Amino acid sequence: MILHLTIILLFQLAGEVTARALALPVPGPVIGLAALVLAFLASPRLARAVQPTANGLLAHLSLLFVPAGVGVVGHLGLLGAQGGQLLLTLIGSTVLAIAAGALVFVWVLRLTGDSE
Amino acid sequence: MTEFAEIWSYLSETPLLWLAATLGAYVIGDGLSRASGRKPFVNPVLIAVAILAAVLWASDTPYATYFEGAQFVHFMLGPATVALAAPLHANLSHVRRAALPLIAALLAGSVTAILSALGIAWALGVRGETLLSLAPKSATAPVALGISEQIGGSPTLTAVLVILTGIIGAIVVTPLLNLLRVRDWRARGFAVGVAAHGIGTARAFQVNETAGAFAGIGMGLNAILTAILAPLIVGWLL
Repeated sequence: MILHLTIILLFQLAGEVTARALALPVPGPVIGLAALVLAFLASPRLARAVQPTANGLLAHLSLLFVPAGVGVVGHLGLLGAQGGQLLLTLIGSTVLAIAAGALVFVWVLRLTGDSE
Repeated sequence: MTEFAEIWSYLSETPLLWLAATLGAYVIGDGLSRASGRKPFVNPVLIAVAILAAVLWASDTPYATYFEGAQFVHFMLGPATVALAAPLHANLSHVRRAALPLIAALLAGSVTAILSALGIAWALGVRGETLLSLAPKSATAPVALGISEQIGGSPTLTAVLVILTGIIGAIVVTPLLNLLRVRDWRARGFAVGVAAHGIGTARAFQVNETAGAFAGIGMGLNAILTAILAPLIVGWLL
């Protein structure tokens, strides 16, 4: 478990170093994520070994958002002034994004002749 | 007996108190969510944030002091992002079988999420840091916070916007896609994963196993795509 957590941290570290060294606009952990998927493809043994630790980390993913979310205390003034606009934006944008994704999926599925 | 004020002044100086409070508030939120039968609008994160915000306000504690303790939890967002590699890898066989529709839907969903958020907010008069904080709102929180910081948004504001987006997605997805007559579980799950990340994915798993798996893929792929697209779109538009 410690070994597997170390592997995950090393991929994050490599991602952060790559992002900074090459001045990439992508966050370091996302590069670590992509690199780890490639490593899993190269070595199924590594994938099997790290899987339980990774899933353990993800089981309580929503807990990890709490400290950043509490930062809302610094934005109460803004939310009071523009809360309505922000909520309208989030509802409109989320509805459009779900509709676009689902309709395009079904449409391309039909074009490529696959149906289920 | 030591005065309460003395104990408080000790506790408020160490990370222990606010670390414990963060976990405690989440346990309460998670318990309420479970008691409601995991209703999408009884969100554990939202409840925990509300409890902690109220406690900070009542005890007149600055956010910086709170964060001294909570940073240990916050730090785990990075490793958790890397750990998303596991479900993504486990579902790669699904990805290969429906590769074209997945790529097309990913692009459509991701671009629509970013552009429509910026467009609607702009039209409603939202500007500056607040507008930038909206751009990555459909990506999963650890990634969205990183993107927000990079493009000049406010990570803490983005965190709240991301959570709200997830809750909205989880609430609207079923009625919306019934209305649009999309019946394919892969399409339904994938779309909500792209638009509403982990909270949408959790909702998809409640409705249908296949939808849940595809939602997880959508969340993972959109985390990567939003990280690439949001800085490009923001740089190009603003």
